[in-house]
Amino acid sequence: MHRMTRTSGSAVDVRGLRVVRGSTTALDGVDVRVAEGAITGLLGPSGSGKTTLIRSILGVQVTAAGSVTVLGHPAGSGALRREVGYVTQAPSVYPDLTVAENLRYFARVLGVPDVRADVERVLDVVDLHEQRRQLTATLSGGQASRVNLAAALLGTPHLVVLDEPTVGLDPVLRDSLWGTFSEIAATGTAVLVSSHVMDEAVRCDHLILLRAGRVLARGTPAELLIRTGTDSAEQAFLALVRQGHDTGGRDGPRPDRDGPAS
Amino acid sequence: MIPTAARVLRQLRHDPRTIAMILVVPCVLLTLLWWIYDGGPIFTSIGPALLALFPMIIMFLITSIATLRERRSGTLERLLTLPLSKISFLGGYALAFGLMATVQALLASALMLGPLGLELEGPWALLVLIAVLDSILGVALGLFVSAFANTEFQAVQFMPAIVLPQVLLCGLLVPREDLPRFLEVVSNVLPLSYAVDAMNEVARSTDPDLTLPLIVLGVFIVGMLALGAATLRRRTP
Ligand SMILES: Nc1ncnc2c1ncn2[C@@H]1O[C@H](COP(=O)(O)OP(=O)(O)O)[C@@H](O)[C@H]1O
Ligand SMILES: [Mg+2]
Repeated sequence: MHRMTRTSGSAVDVRGLRVVRGSTTALDGVDVRVAEGAITGLLGPSGSGKTTLIRSILGVQVTAAGSVTVLGHPAGSGALRREVGYVTQAPSVYPDLTVAENLRYFARVLGVPDVRADVERVLDVVDLHEQRRQLTATLSGGQASRVNLAAALLGTPHLVVLDEPTVGLDPVLRDSLWGTFSEIAATGTAVLVSSHVMDEAVRCDHLILLRAGRVLARGTPAELLIRTGTDSAEQAFLALVRQGHDTGGRDGPRPDRDGPAS
Repeated sequence: MIPTAARVLRQLRHDPRTIAMILVVPCVLLTLLWWIYDGGPIFTSIGPALLALFPMIIMFLITSIATLRERRSGTLERLLTLPLSKISFLGGYALAFGLMATVQALLASALMLGPLGLELEGPWALLVLIAVLDSILGVALGLFVSAFANTEFQAVQFMPAIVLPQVLLCGLLVPREDLPRFLEVVSNVLPLSYAVDAMNEVARSTDPDLTLPLIVLGVFIVGMLALGAATLRRRTP
């Protein structure tokens, strides 16, 4: 598999990104990097712009200003279509197909060499072997979101972007999925996971805290705890919001009523 | 294109009721009309036109709903991030529903020519060919208009808005040359008129000349598919 020339170590490079959706400025001057071979957590309350940023990285979002470079190419270029796996927030699989039929279709579209083997592999990863012949419409919410995840792992993506993949899953499954993300990152793949559950921050190598369309803070989980003198990601987030108000800094939030994690 | 067509057919296979409706409903309606007119001369004169009508209407409805679902459920967004060209996506739908339409046209034509005793001067294979082209026209129109519908309710309304006027003006009620001049001109630019003309030609002539209607149908199908592709935006606001 060929690798493209790019700034060493970063799979995604977002600069000065501004996105307007309807009457809201969903992102305003956002700079973000996603490292290869690591899990980057994109955390922020609901409505903070996580999905908008992820859609921009996938190249399906109309942007107003700024640049988004993915694996050395402008976001959305044809060269990236085999390189980026995308787990949408709401499961985007066909309810009227079985689990295996869904995965086989996406594998064929990707042009995976051995469709059967690859489908088996991702079924293993998400532990859905028993449901393979079940209609996706009849799966539980958690099972459906795992099919959605499996579809994004087909082929050999160099970047996997997951939009709130653990929402609504039970703790055991959540834990096992975070284990899966670590395994994927360990192969050198860049993993970007969004979440509005601040507790999940500890599972990430890098964090980007988003609030009201701006980056509130970034760094490793440990750095953020030290900087804010707190002992949980949730408290760190609240502290950062307060600091933003105190200093009125450029990255500070706008005076609205967004709470932290719901 | 082939994987997408296979996937669409697989979805249909999990929905046997829809398959049954696609195949059985036109036959039932044709039989009903035969019964209404007691198999008389009126049935003979409108029979060929009906054979052009049903496939188009049914395929139009099914396609516009199916693609609307695809747009709204997020699967289209996922597909557009994958190495799938817009043409393969639309072509896949056209191919899958075109296949269904072929089976439907074969059944309906067999019924018309056999039990219902429709007299045909031209070759029956041409009748089937036109019925298939016609249903692909329905597919192409359905793909295109689904871009302008945000809800299933709107998509269903396109049927009376886009298809019914064509039915009224295609020569089924009044021969096209007897329409008021303005309506005749309008009917000259509607694709269904040409499908019905072609059907009538095959029914009445031993050596039918279908050059014009086939070209018009082909141009409409390709044009609608191209317009449909233009409405599939990778980037959305
Ligand atoms: N299709 C849309 N049209 C208009 N505004 C939108 C649309 N989608 C999202 N927004 C707005 O953009 C902002 C960011 O939304 P989003 O990126 O979905 O946030 P998150 O994923 O963090 O919950 C929100 O204020 C939301 O209301
Ligand atoms: Mg979101």
